[in-house]
Amino acid sequence: MAKATLEKLISEDGRRHDGRLPDELRPIRMEVGILHNADGSALVEYGKTKVLAAVYGPREPPQKYMVLPDRAALRVRYHMAPFSTEERKSPAPSRREVELSKVIRESLEPVVLSEYYPRTVIDVFVEVLQADGGTRTAGVTAASLALADAGVPMKALVAGVAVGKVEGILVVDIDELEDSMGEADMPVAAAPDIGLITLLQLNGVLTMEEFDKALELALKAIEYIVEKEKEALRAKYSVEE
Amino acid sequence: MSARKIVVPGEVLGEHVEGKYPYILEDEGVKRATVIGALDEREDKATFSPLEGVYIPKPGDVVIGIISGIGVTNWFVDINSPYTAVLNVQDFLGRPYNPATDDLSRILAIGDYIKAKIAAFDRSRSPLLTVQEEGLGRIVEGKVIEVKPTRIPRIIGRKRSMISMLAEETGCEIFAAVNGRIHIKCPNEDLEAILVMAIRTIEREPHRYGLTEHIRKLIQQEKLVRGVEVG
Repeated sequence: MAKATLEKLISEDGRRHDGRLPDELRPIRMEVGILHNADGSALVEYGKTKVLAAVYGPREPPQKYMVLPDRAALRVRYHMAPFSTEERKSPAPSRREVELSKVIRESLEPVVLSEYYPRTVIDVFVEVLQADGGTRTAGVTAASLALADAGVPMKALVAGVAVGKVEGILVVDIDELEDSMGEADMPVAAAPDIGLITLLQLNGVLTMEEFDKALELALKAIEYIVEKEKEALRAKYSVEE
Repeated sequence: MSARKIVVPGEVLGEHVEGKYPYILEDEGVKRATVIGALDEREDKATFSPLEGVYIPKPGDVVIGIISGIGVTNWFVDINSPYTAVLNVQDFLGRPYNPATDDLSRILAIGDYIKAKIAAFDRSRSPLLTVQEEGLGRIVEGKVIEVKPTRIPRIIGRKRSMISMLAEETGCEIFAAVNGRIHIKCPNEDLEAILVMAIRTIEREPHRYGLTEHIRKLIQQEKLVRGVEVG
């Protein structure tokens, strides 16, 4: 894109490089139950970021060593498709993907009632189809929807969004360009229905005041995204008379 | 008058809602749904029924299983659940088992369908099956179709209204097992096809208003098209 030509990420009138206001999200699209073979699935788009999630289970573990005696083992695989980035990404799992798999798993574990299904596994596959920043947060949102679609009991729905600092201004739902050029990136995931933050990372430097403001912005955005999730889930069961 | 709405995980349900863990979770007096489901609100009470989810065995349930493996003195049975069930050979034979004379795979082979009752299950061990009751044992005729386990209550209907309508309209014998498998025995192939179509429609649109009447019309229409009658 216009990476080289763009000098300022925030214009004079306070708009971002793609025309959004600092607290404005990218257009969000969600669809539930799009894969037939999976027990649950969802496609989530944050602007140009597209993430597909598929859930299998609770099911019998393919190998016995995977089981936990007291709860279901939640297994998450975050993976970027080779065609998801500008330059081909090797399909082999990278260090970053292994880490993000763990991060996404830990942001789902607090809400999934895994203790009801001991000795089983719940598999979550998060496949990034197109990456434009915020793939882990879109991944959490997609995984949460797919889990709900699979009928896995959850305390509440989870959604994620990243807040960044660009040219000294806090902006919500940063894309690839803002992430690489900005001063800070803070992905947050939460379940607003039960008031629980399940993921909080911070890359870069924020002052205490900025951190408080950023968290507030993120939680407000997450509340909106969870409402969208609920709409998407209900839409699957709407009946045309 | 009752109202029905689709509820999603985390949504607060009224205090008077019926339904149990893990589909409803109570925290500090607030009841929340944990799965996507339908909430039927009546004047005095509300019932919550999940729309998605797997089958978890419960002692006393009659299930339809498929033999998936053979052990030394037992069969492993797929009961459409995360837990594979076990059926002991003494239980099936009703007499002591002699490995010198009895060959397990000749009694029940892999792929055979059985109707069995969950004798014991506590989630720490595999569910144990029994066939020592009338009507249980190997299924020798008819067809078994599989639906989502959460659809079974809808296919049976309030006071069996849906299942008796299906049986009456198609002349088939229907047994809907709680684990999502339905055993049907029909007079002919046309009626069987109509019944399967009706069940698939229920599976797709379980939350539709006036579903029983809608399905009845669908079956009657299809019978006209195919020119078949019951009787």
